[in-house]
Amino acid sequence: MDQPINPSRRSFLKGSAVLAGGLIIGFHIPEKTRAADAAGSEQTFAPNAFLRIAPDDRITVIVKHAEMGQGVATSLPMLVAEDLEADWQKIGFEFSPVDPAYNHTVFGIMLTGGSTSIANSYEQMRKAGATARVMLTEAAADTWGVDASECSAREGRVHHGDNSLSFGELADKAAQLPPPAEVALKPKAEWRILGKPLTRLDTPAKTNGSSTFGADIYLEGMLTAVVARPPLFGGRVKSFDPAGAQRVEGVVKVAEVPNGVAVIAKDFWAAQKGRKALQVEWQAGPESDISSSGLEKLFREKAQESGNLAKKAGDVEQALKTAAKSVEAEYLVPYLAHAPMEPLNCVVKLDEQGCEIWTGTQSQTLDRKAAAEVAGLAPEQVQIHTQMLGGGFGRRASKTNDFVREAVAVAKALGDGTPVKTFWDRTDDIRGGYYRPMYLHKVHIGVDDKGQPSAWHHRVVGQQLMKGGPFEDAMIQDGVDATSVEGITDLPYAPANFQVEDQPVELPVTTLWWRSVGHSHTAFVTETMADEMAALAGKDPADYRRDAFQDHPRHLGVMQQVLKDAGWGKPLEQKGGVRRGRGLAVHKSFESYCAEVAEVSVQADGSFRVDQVYCAIDCGKIVNPDTIRAQMESAIAYGLAPVLKSRLTLQNGRVQESNFHDYEVLRMQEMPAVAVSIIDSDEKATGVGEPGLPPLAPAVCNALYAATGKRVRTLPVDSGRLAS
Amino acid sequence: MLELKVNGATHQVDVAEDTPLLWVLRDHLQLTGTKYGCGESLCGACVVHLDGQPSRACTTPAVAATGREITTIEGLSEKGDHPVQKAWIELDAPQCGYCQSGQIMSAVALLNRNPKPTDADIDNAMNGVICRCGAYNRIRAAIHRAAESMEG
Repeated sequence: MDQPINPSRRSFLKGSAVLAGGLIIGFHIPEKTRAADAAGSEQTFAPNAFLRIAPDDRITVIVKHAEMGQGVATSLPMLVAEDLEADWQKIGFEFSPVDPAYNHTVFGIMLTGGSTSIANSYEQMRKAGATARVMLTEAAADTWGVDASECSAREGRVHHGDNSLSFGELADKAAQLPPPAEVALKPKAEWRILGKPLTRLDTPAKTNGSSTFGADIYLEGMLTAVVARPPLFGGRVKSFDPAGAQRVEGVVKVAEVPNGVAVIAKDFWAAQKGRKALQVEWQAGPESDISSSGLEKLFREKAQESGNLAKKAGDVEQALKTAAKSVEAEYLVPYLAHAPMEPLNCVVKLDEQGCEIWTGTQSQTLDRKAAAEVAGLAPEQVQIHTQMLGGGFGRRASKTNDFVREAVAVAKALGDGTPVKTFWDRTDDIRGGYYRPMYLHKVHIGVDDKGQPSAWHHRVVGQQLMKGGPFEDAMIQDGVDATSVEGITDLPYAPANFQVEDQPVELPVTTLWWRSVGHSHTAFVTETMADEMAALAGKDPADYRRDAFQDHPRHLGVMQQVLKDAGWGKPLEQKGGVRRGRGLAVHKSFESYCAEVAEVSVQADGSFRVDQVYCAIDCGKIVNPDTIRAQMESAIAYGLAPVLKSRLTLQNGRVQESNFHDYEVLRMQEMPAVAVSIIDSDEKATGVGEPGLPPLAPAVCNALYAATGKRVRTLPVDSGRLAS
Repeated sequence: MLELKVNGATHQVDVAEDTPLLWVLRDHLQLTGTKYGCGESLCGACVVHLDGQPSRACTTPAVAATGREITTIEGLSEKGDHPVQKAWIELDAPQCGYCQSGQIMSAVALLNRNPKPTDADIDNAMNGVICRCGAYNRIRAAIHRAAESMEG
């Protein structure tokens, strides 16, 4: 394997070179997973290791999930270390290779997404630690000629009377023992690591420039490619003239690839200059003249027709006819780019030895399969070295494996085995598609003559983002994409007459899951409409929800906590000349429950600031409370950007925005103060990367209503409408 | 051939005249701590110091950095223990971490000219450095923490 020459690279790139000596603990994957994997023609042979203990006591936890800031490279080692009885100071980590042993225990492939990393690994990682502890303890007992039950492991050592041996000293002997069939996990009362706010293992390297992201891989002789991609969705290359690009000093090759024209050069600067000098004539695809305003009109027309039924209870039409009071509302949200700080990139070395890939990806198994297809190899001839991800938010789990596929095609076009890094600049990132789709919601709610909520009719118009991806068959059933209506179909306020419809639109714009997927828009609609229902019923938004949550104790739990934290009901501190308001939203997503209260200040001209967000999260058992807090802060920041300003605009088939000056994201001055409460729970540990996001937009918009009396139904907020 | 002094060491690099400093640092010197984020001075991921002043390496031609002291994140401290780096670790400021070199270099420059910044001073100085993970509140708190430790 080629070694990156980057002097700051971390030792995890050395892979098996450090395997010599010590104890390797592995697990066989369950039959179900293996069968699922066989379908993907994966090999089942594997080192199967989650844990390595070196003779010098260093413990390396092999992390099967992508670290994109969510803290998984610390939380998975914490789970292992707890039941291992490890000394936390000796714990390190590295990212796993692609192997079925590291498959997601539910999805059956290596994948990081859906806020499931902890949920699917919790037992697996704890058992990995417990198994090692049992074997180390037995090795010590055997050394001393005593019964293992008389020995105890604690903080990296096994003790018996005055005898004590470190895990490192016991590693080789333990490696000779058979693993136990069953292991018991430590009871909560004995936890020393889980539930503690430990410092992240990856923080020091992220403060001194040594953390290695995909972009930071430099191999001997490596070239850099940029790709000219069609400016219109569904377009392709008609013809191109490479002469201008070839005249740029440093450009090595100009080659057509399936998705455009690649300019390959000695460094990024030459490649980018070469691309500017390249002449390409593009062939437009169907519907290449679409615009956001045209789509708005189309979606509005579509909203008049019945969609595919996702949920039906009672007779919503009749209930609305007889409603004493009702509200009909139309909501609109735009396309959004993920815009991670690290633009996409992928290093490929394709030669007679096979294909090696260095990249930050959330989706190794499918990326590997796609790379093999493009390279004309078997998947096992492709190895992916997962690097740190400079943000993912869903973009690095490409449903078509686009950026890996393209990078392998570039290496193939280069054709001489030289490693090549395909690098996206920011404009490539913003205009490159794979967006959170644009959606229009049409909602009609009513209360009966006693003021009781009686009807909720909800139609979602937009692209089905699961279409064209690996989960299409599982997620799109009876014409309904589960992600288009998630967070609506399980509405805790559903009245007796309740109907949800998915009205799909087919467009050439490529779409993808974006942090919190469907919940990123559905919660905005359901939680602002919940406030409208409360108004129809003549109730305070919190009282209305409290009544509705009688059979939803975890919704109720987070709401009560956040109301207490926010001082709900107490008057807000007044500031001269501004209107202030407080808004509440409660939403369940990814099996976690989250409630937020936002406080806003609105100026006379309608411009506003979100001053403070209170957040309460119930994600079951707590692994690292500081990570949970950080993820709530992060989701609030990421979710606030599209409320304030992020949006993509299509005009004549082209995305108008190109960089952070016009695709605006949250900056420090706009960051609200955030206070997070975590519910102490013994429920199953669930996700934290996404659940903090969905309640943010509705909490802010409900607060804007409280301050101004104006309902907000379009994002980003048109602040001019809020002028007094 | 350009001569650049980076983190105290002198380098001869053979690059096109218009090459931005960022790409000399990354592609030619493999000093990869300084990041590309936008290429247009919009995000601050590439902030380095030129003679102690914060500068956007993505739009600074390398030629313009000749004869000046260039400091990157790798050269900020020998052991990664500058008070700002220590504060960052204490408060676990980074998430994905990609923007953090630019955040830290910007924060160090701020504290060098204003050793006791207010929240507003920090927000003004740091507003140009984007963090998509939204670690802003921790970054602000870490700057205050570093200011305290540098004072002591």
